[in-house]
Amino acid sequence: MATIESKIPAGPVADKWSKHKAEIKVVSPANKRKLDIIVIGTGLGGASAAASLGELGYNVKIFCISDSPRRAHSIAAQGGINAAKNYQNDNDSVFRLFYDTIKGGDYRAREANVYRLAEVSNNIIDQCVAQGVPFARDYGGLLDNRSFGGAQVSRTFYARGQTGQQLLLGAYAALNRQIAKGSVKSFPRHEILDIVLIDGQARGIIARNLVTGEIERFGAHAVVMATGGYGNVFFLSTNAMNSNGSVAWQAYKKGAFFANPCFTQIHPTCIPVHGTQQSKLTLMSESLRNDGRIWVPKKKEDVEAIRSKTKKPSDIAEEDRDYYLERRYPAFGNLVPRDVASRAAKERCDAGFGVNETGLAVFLDFKTAIERLGEDVIRARYGNLFQMYEKITDVNPYHEPMMIYPAVHYTMGGTWVDYNLMTTIPGLYSIGEANFSDHGANRLGASALMQGLADGYFVLPYTIGDYLSKEIQSPKVDIHAPAFDEAEKAIKAKIEKLLSINGSQSVDDIHKKLGNIMWDNVGMARSKESLEKAMVEIKALREEFWKDVRVAGTNDEFNQELEKALRLADFLELGELMAKDALNRNESCGGHFRVEYQTPEGEALRDDENYSYVAVWEYKGDNAEPVLHKEQLGFEAIKVAQRNYKD
Amino acid sequence: MNLTLKIWRQKNAKASGAFETYTVKDVSPDSSFLEMLDILNNNLIHEGKEPIVFDHDCREGICGMCSLHINGRAHGPDSEITTCQLHMRKFKDGDTITIEPWRSAAFPVIKDLAVDRSAYDKILQAGGFVSVNTGGVPDGNAIPIPKPDADESMDAAACIGCGACAATCKNGSAMLFVAARVSSLAKLPQGRVEGSLRAKAMVAKMDELGFGNCTNIGACEAECPKLISLTHIARLNREFLSAKFQD
Repeated sequence: MATIESKIPAGPVADKWSKHKAEIKVVSPANKRKLDIIVIGTGLGGASAAASLGELGYNVKIFCISDSPRRAHSIAAQGGINAAKNYQNDNDSVFRLFYDTIKGGDYRAREANVYRLAEVSNNIIDQCVAQGVPFARDYGGLLDNRSFGGAQVSRTFYARGQTGQQLLLGAYAALNRQIAKGSVKSFPRHEILDIVLIDGQARGIIARNLVTGEIERFGAHAVVMATGGYGNVFFLSTNAMNSNGSVAWQAYKKGAFFANPCFTQIHPTCIPVHGTQQSKLTLMSESLRNDGRIWVPKKKEDVEAIRSKTKKPSDIAEEDRDYYLERRYPAFGNLVPRDVASRAAKERCDAGFGVNETGLAVFLDFKTAIERLGEDVIRARYGNLFQMYEKITDVNPYHEPMMIYPAVHYTMGGTWVDYNLMTTIPGLYSIGEANFSDHGANRLGASALMQGLADGYFVLPYTIGDYLSKEIQSPKVDIHAPAFDEAEKAIKAKIEKLLSINGSQSVDDIHKKLGNIMWDNVGMARSKESLEKAMVEIKALREEFWKDVRVAGTNDEFNQELEKALRLADFLELGELMAKDALNRNESCGGHFRVEYQTPEGEALRDDENYSYVAVWEYKGDNAEPVLHKEQLGFEAIKVAQRNYKD
Repeated sequence: MNLTLKIWRQKNAKASGAFETYTVKDVSPDSSFLEMLDILNNNLIHEGKEPIVFDHDCREGICGMCSLHINGRAHGPDSEITTCQLHMRKFKDGDTITIEPWRSAAFPVIKDLAVDRSAYDKILQAGGFVSVNTGGVPDGNAIPIPKPDADESMDAAACIGCGACAATCKNGSAMLFVAARVSSLAKLPQGRVEGSLRAKAMVAKMDELGFGNCTNIGACEAECPKLISLTHIARLNREFLSAKFQD
């Protein structure tokens, strides 16, 4: 029986990682050659981990669902990556980055992990520069920085509005170098459908070749999940269409505990929904809040005039605009953290000040910045984002403000891991967005890229060695072992079942219904009633799915409907656990806002006495209730306080 | 909007394909092109037919997964964008739209509109990297890089590897793709160290994989969703020639 033991090293927080590194075991080069590692996913976490492990001499196999590792959704990250370089001389430090991240996460992240993240952040920048990542530079030739939400220093490194792309291309290049050398073997267009355990240890995977439909087996001494987040449970999100939570969910059902599933980030600056035909939402980078000011009209008649298009936003006089973030949060203004900005937008729209036909939009305006800096400077900073906005909406944001509204963007929850990033299944690791450990209840902007690369380049390659040092006598994994037979048989039966239902609704029809249930009840504002309702409705929808879904095509071919059906089957279970977790957490913190728990000003009201823990769920069977374990959070280096972005 | 669609259907890599005609009704002009295909696919499923396979993922124009020749143009009638960023307001009610996969010898069709672009990965594996291991690198600010060089490197690095350049080229050449990577690294001191090796290795791999030669027509640049400039091909040629002279 797995138990939760976080394995946080003793001693002051600043010394933990150094001390731990000195204490853990390493594997000799001769033995590394004998050890096999599987990495699932090729985003920043997976690509950097596989490249680094290949360089060390392990035999690595890496899998992705796309046609190339370079497509992973890290590529879409726009704004930047944080690091505590203090290049701007604005009194930044490892401690300040650590502190901002803990505070931004509303004191629900694990101190030791976050400190380590801040500690290795500077190495990431150096590594990426050495790889040839073309970060923005100033005229002296040195690296430039911009500001991001939740910080009062300028510590975000960037490559125009394509930072994620450039960092991923750096990691992908390092990966390609190892693929050419033969230390890493790449399997694109493969989806992992199960984790195989032998004697309680992770020993391999069952994969589906997405082109041929063939079910394939792969064995290894350790398996790394770098599969990203599960935001697509909401159907509409900023996640890529193929992003899913299935590997993490299958691992959960094999014994890897799932932590804080209800912690979802709703990003404040997305392009509003245009109608029911929408399949995907588009993010507008947080970096825009460096120069953009968020507002709605002060007067209802102006709102009506804008909605009926009798007035343009630029017609509204300065004194009739409500820059509500600057009004409510003078110290941070438009750069409050994402959860705060999202809730504030919802509050204004709920009060009837939404500026589009649906009433679900606010303005992000560059007028002041263009007057101050000129259009050229704004174009140089955000040109590609402005172009993207215009292509999608047909509105020129240099002349009229952008319209934005919050949308699902990131999941802070994920597979529970210990300090070594190992799940409760020995030999199974989880890195990047797929794990839960660093962002608490709310992730700060430009910190996802930092975490993915920290885990992949600088944490996992050390900690996995400690585990593998005990595996040097283990022979190659036998993929004909009974555990592989059983896992493959179960997968084939599941696929056959899905293809045989032949009901009346498409996979997307049901996914949209799930999305509506989740958004309405487990979204930006949650209540006991809404969560109980969601749990009942999800259960019913799950039954509907297994009775009435129609999955076109066969297994033995390239079948995108079958891919989607397999993923939705898991979302229909995961969604319920998200609601259950949200119902359990009788407090508001970060992105988790329970309407019953708020301050008189409408801010999130934490309950540190009763909920200062990580909610860790253990699967007990399809028809049994999951068991809740609690990992108590201790704060030694930081004084826990009510978050304050006002002064 | 109501539309008639002529779409390439092909069961698998070995089968011979053909165009089939479909109609799709009540499409919002604010929908994206791929949302229009989503609607068509949902209709096909309800009619008991097989939906159309097409590659797509981020739908934000950055992952490079979507492709499609639309009315004979890579990524459709608008410029500077990928297919996923194309919106239906660029078409008229009643239009007939022809949709094909990339047509390039080096990108064989897998099914319907999806093609195999692994050749691009192979070219990058031949040398599209700086040979540094994780760790042991100097401070990020140890090597100042003039801003114009960093900017030009970034211009080239914007390539998303979608394949529009090779698919558009009448010779089926991947020169713009290769040039983008070579040029991006050539503009940085970190990349200069292996400059000659890289240019030779990547060009040799491109030739080996069956891509054609460049004859400076410029169709690639015109169809590139990220506006990668032909000047990068000039830089690649310079790198390649100087490497050859060193041999």
